[in-house]
Amino acid sequence: MNQTDTPRFNIHTGNELTWNVKPILHEIRHALFELLDSGNTSIIDLRSIPLAPGEEETIINALGQGEVHARLDALGRSDIVETMYSGVWLITHYNENEAVVSRFIEITELPAILKSQHEDMSKALKELTQELETQDT
Amino acid sequence: MKKDLSLNDGTPIEGTPEPGTLGETLRSQGVSRRSFMKFCATTASMMALPPSMIPMIAHALENARRPSVIWLSFQECTGCTESLTRAHSPTLESLIFESISLDYHHTLQAASGHAAEAAREAAMEENFGNYLLVVDGSIPLDNPGYSTIAGISNLDMLTESAKGAAAIIAVGTCATYGGIPHANPNPTGAVSVKDIIKDKPIINVPGCPPIPVVITGVLAHYLTFGAIPDLDHIGRPKVFYGQSIHDRCYRRPFYDKGQFAETFDDEGAKKGWCLYKLGCKGPTTYNACATTKWNNGTSFPIESGHPCIGCSEPDFWDGGGFYKALSMPTEDISKTAVYTVAGAAAAGAVIGALNRGKKNNSDKIHIKTTIDDLRK
Amino acid sequence: MTEIELLSWARGPGLQIATIIFVAGVVIRIFEIFLLGRKANLAEAKGGEMSNGLRTMITRTVPDRTTFKRSSVTIVSGYIFHIGLFIVCFLSAPHILFLKDVIGFGWPSLPTPVIDAFAVVTIIALLATLVNRLTNKVMRYLTNFEDLLTWFITFLPVVTGYIAFHRIGMTAPTLLAVHILSVELLMIIFPFTKLMHAFTLFIARWYNGAISGYRGVAS
Repeated sequence: MNQTDTPRFNIHTGNELTWNVKPILHEIRHALFELLDSGNTSIIDLRSIPLAPGEEETIINALGQGEVHARLDALGRSDIVETMYSGVWLITHYNENEAVVSRFIEITELPAILKSQHEDMSKALKELTQELETQDT
Repeated sequence: MKKDLSLNDGTPIEGTPEPGTLGETLRSQGVSRRSFMKFCATTASMMALPPSMIPMIAHALENARRPSVIWLSFQECTGCTESLTRAHSPTLESLIFESISLDYHHTLQAASGHAAEAAREAAMEENFGNYLLVVDGSIPLDNPGYSTIAGISNLDMLTESAKGAAAIIAVGTCATYGGIPHANPNPTGAVSVKDIIKDKPIINVPGCPPIPVVITGVLAHYLTFGAIPDLDHIGRPKVFYGQSIHDRCYRRPFYDKGQFAETFDDEGAKKGWCLYKLGCKGPTTYNACATTKWNNGTSFPIESGHPCIGCSEPDFWDGGGFYKALSMPTEDISKTAVYTVAGAAAAGAVIGALNRGKKNNSDKIHIKTTIDDLRK
Repeated sequence: MTEIELLSWARGPGLQIATIIFVAGVVIRIFEIFLLGRKANLAEAKGGEMSNGLRTMITRTVPDRTTFKRSSVTIVSGYIFHIGLFIVCFLSAPHILFLKDVIGFGWPSLPTPVIDAFAVVTIIALLATLVNRLTNKVMRYLTNFEDLLTWFITFLPVVTGYIAFHRIGMTAPTLLAVHILSVELLMIIFPFTKLMHAFTLFIARWYNGAISGYRGVAS
């Protein structure tokens, strides 16, 4: 069985179990308002909320997919997706066995992890300098 | 003129971590800053901390020193180690292992025999006062010879190793509360770590086994903050054991409405109703199963249709049975009642007969009072 | 002692002790009552004993008008809390499970919100009886320590049960242990107090009906 398959349960939760879906969508709406109003970004850790089977999937489907789909290859795959609601990003971190290790909803103009990091850029400058020096000699 | 782009004038490059810290270790292994950010975000989630604390965790972890960790395994089934080292997340979770120096662990170490014991003693001496002692398994007191390692009894090894430890983490219900060896009739006289060590801070991480991310989360907490987390009245970190399964169970609405599954395969069970009647100990069990779940958030026993057995609570093995609801008595009350009725009936018959005798007697010794008696 | 140990004791040895005292106490007292016997009535019987006795056991449930007017608060609040206690004790799921374990069979339960409503009504009715007992001049004059004690040991399980089910306040194992211990307290004090009326009630009604029937008068 492929580890990326979502486990299927015999328990059909039906539409009654949307107790967590609506409140989270409202929280996202509120955060988006905050972002436009005062520029404050927010992060929601989806793993910190006890979700019934199928609820996480429902939330992700409700958010849909927008224009940006970035893939990060660092310690395993990470998917950074702008949902169909601009400003609402879904970040899923996988480990090297393609299992989900964490999932965040970030309400921001650009998730911090997409930006190039200062330390990495400093290291890159050093490496490029050395590479050019080697080529010159 | 060529601009000197080299930075080899000795100026430290901005963001270079100090030597000996976790940051340096990771950087030397080629872990990029982005990867480190991913690691910190996941660790924050693992420690059940809000995402707003991620920058602070990143800063703390980058500058954390790698503590020496000595892992002692006593009367245990190795389930706790198995839980921790499940290969479902080798890189991210193993980063925790990168951030500690695991100097002694029976199952994971390559060395054995004298070499292994020598390594342990060397690590303890070198880091005296600063190393973390992790213990899984209970300690037999009836006869210390019941469980020994390299000829040293568990009791001796624990007391000896605890002397220089900065803190002790007792992993698994066996080390925290005695676990299955401690269950009735406790043939080995098994006790927990806290029953023996009284002078060191002990963090209890119970569970049979504990959730892997809880174990690594506690380690991460110690690494990040350099202190033990807030503990409840029986020594468990409140951040993971502060809420009962019942209070976070997604089936709680069914409990509140009174919709219970009566058997494992009836309509109620198929609809995912509450498992109280099937013996669920969720109401009296404190653990993170309902939120953090198992296997990276895949599921937990109740979600899979089995009632909670209460494995992070003391003496859960003797709690009356996994399939006996909490409101049911743990012992045979009907037998007691029947015997008592029989005994009481006999006693009642005797007492009744005695009372009757007293009544008849009083009739017999009754002396009629005449008007002359009253005049006297 | 940890909370779980307290809970396990309450569900195990504690319950055993309480059961023994309760059952022995009730059985011995009933035996005592019956074995005392009745003096032979030498008058001629003017009517049946048994049929009247049995009938009275049921008809006494409805009080006559004069009695009702005199003690309406006592009677109404009394009926309400008795019915409430019956529903909460015998028709709530956890209790049915308990009885199923002891007597071997169970029966369907009522939904939790219904039980909740009855529990609250029972608590209010019990408080009403206490207030009545302390404010009504006659009742206050007649009240002694045993009356207040029996009220208290009856009130405690209902309140602790509600709190334990809804988990307010302390941590869960303690709440449940407190509820079970309060029931055990009720059980061990029961046979030595007027709470025995639970069993002697029908015996007394039968007796009243029987002697009235024997004499040919209404009861």
